[in-house]
Amino acid sequence: MRKRSRGLSFVTGAYVVWSLVPVLIAVLFSFNDGKSRTVWQGFSLRWWTGDRQQSLLHDPTLRTALVNSLVLALGSILITVPVGALLAVGLERWRTRAAATVNWVNSLPLVTPEIVMGAALLITFTNLFTGIPLGRPAQLIGHVTFSLSFVVVTVRARLVSLGPSYEEAARDLGATRAQAIRLVLLPLLTPAIVASCVIVFASSIDDFVISSFLSAGASSETVPVKIYSAVRSSSSPALNALATVMVLLSFMALALTVVVLSRWQHRHGGSGGFRQAVADVTQMDL
Amino acid sequence: MSGQSSPPADRRIFWPGLALPGSLWLAIFFVVPAYTIACVAFGQVDPIFRDAVPVWNPLQWQFSDASEVLGSVVGGPLRSVFLRTSFYVIAAVALSLIIGYPIAYYLARQEGVRRTILLALMVIPFWVSFLMRLLAWVNLLEPEGLASRFLRLFGIDQQWLNGNHLTVILGLVYGYLPFLILPLYASLERLDWRLIEAARDLGASSSQAFRRITLPLSRAGIAAGTVLIALPMFGDYYTNDLLSRSPRTEMIGNQIDFFVNASSQKQKGATLVLVLALFLALVMSWYLIRLARVRREAS
Repeated sequence: MRKRSRGLSFVTGAYVVWSLVPVLIAVLFSFNDGKSRTVWQGFSLRWWTGDRQQSLLHDPTLRTALVNSLVLALGSILITVPVGALLAVGLERWRTRAAATVNWVNSLPLVTPEIVMGAALLITFTNLFTGIPLGRPAQLIGHVTFSLSFVVVTVRARLVSLGPSYEEAARDLGATRAQAIRLVLLPLLTPAIVASCVIVFASSIDDFVISSFLSAGASSETVPVKIYSAVRSSSSPALNALATVMVLLSFMALALTVVVLSRWQHRHGGSGGFRQAVADVTQMDL
Repeated sequence: MSGQSSPPADRRIFWPGLALPGSLWLAIFFVVPAYTIACVAFGQVDPIFRDAVPVWNPLQWQFSDASEVLGSVVGGPLRSVFLRTSFYVIAAVALSLIIGYPIAYYLARQEGVRRTILLALMVIPFWVSFLMRLLAWVNLLEPEGLASRFLRLFGIDQQWLNGNHLTVILGLVYGYLPFLILPLYASLERLDWRLIEAARDLGASSSQAFRRITLPLSRAGIAAGTVLIALPMFGDYYTNDLLSRSPRTEMIGNQIDFFVNASSQKQKGATLVLVLALFLALVMSWYLIRLARVRREAS
């Protein structure tokens, strides 16, 4: 028993190294003093701020990609989270055949490969909805479409665990249906809604396929699209710096969410605190 | 409750009202595009500009061009692309299971802080952009990259980034393995370990106990994880583009990307999208039917 367990811990350790070290090396090379992304030539901030043309701070194409990614991510949150949360509540309580159909359609984006959705949206925007230009508007619609299902799944899971009793109590005490939702259900849904925000944010800035299919050239490149177009050409470590910023932003969003949620749990007498907050965000049972 | 038989009027419109914006969104931006793809695939081609012209009425759909593409997939030049894609995905999923299962098993047997830390390490790749992770490997595998130089010490000298099958398969494993480990972990974590103790007490060797108890009980997790990573792998083209960019390793996704984005034959691209979606729908329904059967047997 003992021996086998040692083998397993070795495999797990090796996997952690394999999965994380390449990324750490890529981050490290953003601080390389030379132009190479493969040979270390000493530490410098040249590719972050120093170089007047090619650093992340000064290269307009890198800055554009960063801004595009952030605008898309924030826009996606603003549309997807309210629409998705309402859809989740509606579907959970509506329960007719029509609701079952919507529910079924809602699960389809989860199993549709992005290339299928990207190609279908591109062909639709160029043939049918020609009023919606490629670039940011089309990309925003694409991002909302693929992340809507995540929000519905996340919010519904919380609705199921809450049950209908809180709302019924509010109704018995004289609240209208809308009041019961606004004053009772919505506050109870806070963890799921915050988790939805961070999930939408992460999946939006991570997305490559939809952004690429629906982009309208260099002006609407997002960070993943920029990495894709630049990586095999002779690009500099500034590209690594750009990718590093995105990783940092993801983890900052995650950390911020965990802090906000654990505060919320604390204030509302939740027992889980930090651990519960992490579990809410990552949708896992820690 | 009497509300069931004759719901009050406000109830009949209230819940559907909440669901309305989201339902409309899905109808307009998911269902309509799915239909549009079919209208382009079975539509016409402009005789002068060779552009695809969608035909909106299904009664006027033509299937001659689409069946030509299908013929190419079954017995023509696209056949090798489809077979290669299937081979890559099967190899990558098999490798992912071989690597991922022991890790998930190990995680499920840990407790307390140690388990939390290990799980956090497993979750980190989710929060690092897919393209960033590919970029990291491109840097390592370039001729002067660290991994290339390291492997050369052992006499392994290869062009990793130019049409190398192994690089593409390992790239797929690297990209999607995190998505397999967590569902596997979830199914193993729920497992009743007393059953294994009982088997051991009754004289089963540890490998017998594993084969006859652990493995069958985690079959649902294996199937779910497999479907979860196989579906996106079938549509993947960027892993291949970044790590190889050679016609020798071309996958079906690369063909779709080419026809839809870079050629004037959008119709062909639309047909390939339909072929891929249909193929994956078959895989998915096979999985759902099996799942239903397993559930029925269990209950």
